[in-house]
Amino acid sequence: MINTPELLFGLTQWLSLFFHFLSLSLLSIGGAIATAPEMHRFLVTEQHWLSDAQFNASIAIAQAAPGPNVLFVALLGWNVGLNTGSIVAPYLGLSLSLLGSLLPSTVLTYVAAQWCYSNREKLAVRAFKQGMAPLVVALLIATGWILASSNSSAAKTTFQDWPLWLLTVTTSLVLWQTRIHLLWLLGAGALLGWFGWV
Amino acid sequence: MTAPTDKAYPPPESPTDLFISFTLLALQGFGGVVGVVQRELVEKKRWLTRDEFIEDWTVAQIMPGPNVINLSLIIGSRYFGLKGALAAMTGLLAAPLFIVLLLALIYAKFSSHAGVIGALKGMGAVAAGLIAATGIKLLPALKTNILGIGLAATLAVVCFVSIALLRWPLVYVLLVLGPLAVLLAYAKLARKPRP
Repeated sequence: MINTPELLFGLTQWLSLFFHFLSLSLLSIGGAIATAPEMHRFLVTEQHWLSDAQFNASIAIAQAAPGPNVLFVALLGWNVGLNTGSIVAPYLGLSLSLLGSLLPSTVLTYVAAQWCYSNREKLAVRAFKQGMAPLVVALLIATGWILASSNSSAAKTTFQDWPLWLLTVTTSLVLWQTRIHLLWLLGAGALLGWFGWV
Repeated sequence: MTAPTDKAYPPPESPTDLFISFTLLALQGFGGVVGVVQRELVEKKRWLTRDEFIEDWTVAQIMPGPNVINLSLIIGSRYFGLKGALAAMTGLLAAPLFIVLLLALIYAKFSSHAGVIGALKGMGAVAAGLIAATGIKLLPALKTNILGIGLAATLAVVCFVSIALLRWPLVYVLLVLGPLAVLLAYAKLARKPRP
């Protein structure tokens, strides 16, 4: 693997991985992908547990596969485990990250769903929904931006990476304006990348 | 197809029925499962009316956590309580998790291949575009936001700049902007007479 950070994991590291995902769980309004910038900051920039390439591959693979996109979190944990070099570590990393990111939010949702349903006309519920909306939308666009910029290799300047940026911008324009199936775009991206055109 | 107005079809028989149904719809959902949930559960199985679906989806979006997972918890718990919620959620996750791991293992074998590296890079750029597009598609909804377009846009721009350009930690940004936005919305809603 290229640029794989070398690391040795102890209990402290596993716990801090678990608590990182645990703490982000309740902040992931609009989905786990909204907290991806924070995961990137912690896992790649701060702790060096993952390379930029691994981080992006995790998201790309989860997007390419069927099912909820939150599974990229499982892959992040899996890759952190892989980087430690141990055979069981990937499974531990996967379980801790997925469990951490789902436990608080699912418990809260389960408990609050009925309450929210019967109180959906209440002022506080409506204020929360209305007030958070602009932030949720901005977080989604910010996530796209951060993924696009970490896609560019460190050696190149942003300007030299214009084909990648062009692909990202084109994708969002096409998805915004048409109802084309996402698989076609992922396939096109894979082909362009395979032949080194982006 | 017209929206069903009542539940003409029987509800899920058992948690196992929920598990299997959610597994099958998860496997059809590339790049987002919510469209498949709507088609399968509202139009085909008719476990929910369209109105019920919209209400459940709103709650699923308000709550933290993956929206579709939240939706599965809300629908599952309505029929079989905790058992139903767990059945629906694990149905949504188990089979796709297996596929994602398989893809990751295949990728790991060939990760030093220049073509594979390039392909993943290209797919990553597409994935980035997809997420940005999801946000862009939601932008028009801000026009009807109680905050008003000016205030909503300001909050969105401040949030985008702090996260994407300044790279500030999400926790601090949300802890400052979140309560501010909700309080502003509360004040506006309180002043506005109910229709």
